[in-house]
Amino acid sequence: MNLSFLILLPLITTFAILFCKGLKQVRTVALVGATLQLFLALALLFIYWNERALGNTAQFLFDADDTWFAPMNIHYHIGVDGISVAMILLTAFVVIAGVLVSWTQETLNKEFFFLLLFLSVGAYGYFISLDIFTLFFFLEVAVIPKFLLIGIWGSGKKESSAMKLALMLMGGSALVFVGLAGLYFNTTGQPSFDLIQISQMHISLSAQKIFFPFAFVGFGVFTALFPFHTWVPDGHSSAPTAASMFLAGISMKLGGYGCLRVATYLMPDAAHYYSWVIILLSTIAIIYGAFATMMQTDLKYINAYSSVSHCGFVLLGIGMLTQTSINGAVMQMVSHGLMTALFFAAIGMIYSRAHTRTVEQLGGLLKVIPFISTVFVIAGLCSLGLPGFSGFVAEMTVFMGSWQNPDAWYRVATMLACASIVVTAVYILRATGRTIMGPITNTAYHQLIDATWNEKFAAIVLIIGIVAIGVAPFWLNQLITPGTENMIQHIGKVITFK
Amino acid sequence: MILTDLIFMKHELMITLILFILLFIKVGSKEWKNESVLNLVNILLFINFVVGFCCNQTGVLFSEMFRTTGLVIVEKNMLNLGTLIISLQSYTWLKRHKHVLEFYMLLLSTLLGMFCMVSAGNLLMFYLGLELSTIPLAALVNFDLDKRKSSEAAFKLIISSAFSSGLLLFGISLIYGTTGTLLFSQLATSITGNPLQIFAFILFIAGFSFKISVVPFHLWTADVYEGAPVSVTSYLSVISKGAVLFVFVSVLYTVFKPLAATWYNVLFILSVLTMITGNLFAIRQTNLKRFLAFSSIAQVGFILIGISGSSQAGAASVVYFVLIYIFSNLGAFGVISLVSAITGKETIEDYKAFYKTNPLLSWILAIALFSLAGIPPTAGFFGKFFLLLAGAAHGNYVLITIASLNMIISLFYYLKVIKAVFMDANEAPIERLIIPLLPKIALFICVAGIVLTGLMSVIYEYIYSLSIGF
Repeated sequence: MNLSFLILLPLITTFAILFCKGLKQVRTVALVGATLQLFLALALLFIYWNERALGNTAQFLFDADDTWFAPMNIHYHIGVDGISVAMILLTAFVVIAGVLVSWTQETLNKEFFFLLLFLSVGAYGYFISLDIFTLFFFLEVAVIPKFLLIGIWGSGKKESSAMKLALMLMGGSALVFVGLAGLYFNTTGQPSFDLIQISQMHISLSAQKIFFPFAFVGFGVFTALFPFHTWVPDGHSSAPTAASMFLAGISMKLGGYGCLRVATYLMPDAAHYYSWVIILLSTIAIIYGAFATMMQTDLKYINAYSSVSHCGFVLLGIGMLTQTSINGAVMQMVSHGLMTALFFAAIGMIYSRAHTRTVEQLGGLLKVIPFISTVFVIAGLCSLGLPGFSGFVAEMTVFMGSWQNPDAWYRVATMLACASIVVTAVYILRATGRTIMGPITNTAYHQLIDATWNEKFAAIVLIIGIVAIGVAPFWLNQLITPGTENMIQHIGKVITFK
Repeated sequence: MILTDLIFMKHELMITLILFILLFIKVGSKEWKNESVLNLVNILLFINFVVGFCCNQTGVLFSEMFRTTGLVIVEKNMLNLGTLIISLQSYTWLKRHKHVLEFYMLLLSTLLGMFCMVSAGNLLMFYLGLELSTIPLAALVNFDLDKRKSSEAAFKLIISSAFSSGLLLFGISLIYGTTGTLLFSQLATSITGNPLQIFAFILFIAGFSFKISVVPFHLWTADVYEGAPVSVTSYLSVISKGAVLFVFVSVLYTVFKPLAATWYNVLFILSVLTMITGNLFAIRQTNLKRFLAFSSIAQVGFILIGISGSSQAGAASVVYFVLIYIFSNLGAFGVISLVSAITGKETIEDYKAFYKTNPLLSWILAIALFSLAGIPPTAGFFGKFFLLLAGAAHGNYVLITIASLNMIISLFYYLKVIKAVFMDANEAPIERLIIPLLPKIALFICVAGIVLTGLMSVIYEYIYSLSIGF
């Protein structure tokens, strides 16, 4: 399978949108594009399985390598392993849901869908890149559409949130750049940006110690690593619904993937050296995020802060450096992506009807808009880790994997992270109880109309994903295990060298 | 010398030919209409640009005073292209101007000077070219004859360039005194780094720093940029700066090669100062021309990092970046000059809600600014990446970190303009503008350049293969 289709398809869609007139044409083209993306991603999954079933044990499948800038040894090198396939699937699910949720986008609809799909170009390109220059290129491609989406179509203090988000994310990628330059010049062989080549070369421990923090913190900014998480609440709450979904569902995953694939994989010695810092910061993020969420009254802020907490699990899993914990981190990325996208979609649906997101002002929504309320409850239950949904599977795997790390302090961190689930339950149940249950607080709510077909469809697509992982996690586990096994072997090999 | 060797000077001869044609039109009895002059000049410049690509030969003339290499030809073609774009963009402004022919004669004289300078193989030739390229520029800056600010700007420019030329000349004389030669090729082997030569080198750096407005020699830049007509401002910030940068690279890489360790440290300090000062001052600007002036100072800071790489990659990345800079800066200036020529508005405040009335121009401005900020997929990303990568080869990661953090500051002020254009509300936005054909062509060339120069790696690879001399 030619992976470049994953970039070309959304790119062609964006160009087609440019030639459309009126909302109807634009959204039809966008939906067709997003549906094709989903089919392509599913096709990729099945072809990938098929290849693996046939006994293809290569680290990366569908490998294609073209020279891009020969003097710098920069290549357009693409290929996927199970981790990337999982991420691509996640992206496809979120994109189609995002397009469906924005179905009635009136103002500047052409630009809106253009930017939305352009963002997905960046995400797909990022997940298939095996050359870290290309990877960095696509990482930055995905930043500016977010700025415009939030700044133009957002609500509240949108301009400052958009600016904060753009600057912090670009700050992250500036740090990543230094890390990449360090990787480029400090390998033993010919300078190269190729992920596989770098992983086979030796990088001295002192160089790793310098450049690992750059790369890890840089990618970490994208995934709300503790002191750099401040863009998350503002950005998410000001963004229009689809942009929030993309931000939480796709964009924060770029960071986690980068931390794993670039920082940890290429500089394993330093990952061991600094793992206590990662665990400390991610534990703080988990607990702080959970407690901060308890104080929020705006539904979007609740979900944004809980994202900080949930993304902490991703980094915790990576920092623990065991096979199971990294498996859990990847699963948590997929699960959190689907779950927050669903949550934001539900919040957007409620907001577009009730015109408020404040918990106190809402109430009794289950009686008037049962479908949306059910979606909201499902998202909430997934978030607090109810068995049967993806959140439980992912968090459980992270905890089990973390416990396998024998260090006593790491186990303390694991326990603390576990304890945060209780706090999660508190804020989720409280928010759900106030908004969904109880008496109808506002008589105007009696006139509310339940979800339209497009909203139902968007929610169902995401719920299918969540339940598919929650009820039968083995397929996702099997999908990503070869990739993570490879990673752990590589990390372990380096340790024994020392 | 055989007459056929004059083909080495093809670019210069073409410009001279156009100059003579314009001169004949001027002294001729027939009164030409502005539109027809403009159309003729643009056609001539286009022909000149195309001819620049064919039957090129490389070699030296006049006992190595004048040399043509593959890289020099590329650089001259880039300057030609930039001049053509600027000429197309000034259409709206010049259409109503009384002295169109004089404008072009002055403009092309400076271009001729720059060509001589880029081709120079001898310090005297370089100095001659430099003077030919600066003195007419001062007249050009004063071309809005009724504006007091223009005269002030012209005065500032002429004084500061005279001063910097004096410094350079002093440096040249010291170099001649200590080595007994002015030829680049001989100087490369005869400079030993004795104190007098170091002093000459400092004078050189100061002179060049004036011309490319490196902090702390940048003080003239913003005032001159603000006072000059927009077309001249864009010419100053792109073409004349680009030409001096080309010479700067070849002087540092050939003449001062023995002092490489010294000038690495100098460039390190200057580039950090330049980036930080340019960026911090750009944040506070309200006039778009001043804003671009400071942002262009910051860009030079990044270019210095590329130069400090002192390798083939360093030279190639600088030339490549200047090409991208021509497209991106002229894209931004193209929009600004159009708006300024029709409405006279030049502040960021005026551009609020520009998107509501002029979506196409807004997107062009946005793409140009993203390219200046170094956001992919625009070419600016590749340009900056390669500059920094060339600089990082030295292993000085402090510099690279400072530079990449400066990228964030610069992004902040570019986004401020984007925010004004796309997000802010305005009761009286700039009205819907009708773009004449020629400026439209210029803008599309810029956008195409911004998109393609980066993604098409052949351009970089070509420049890289030609930079082999360094």
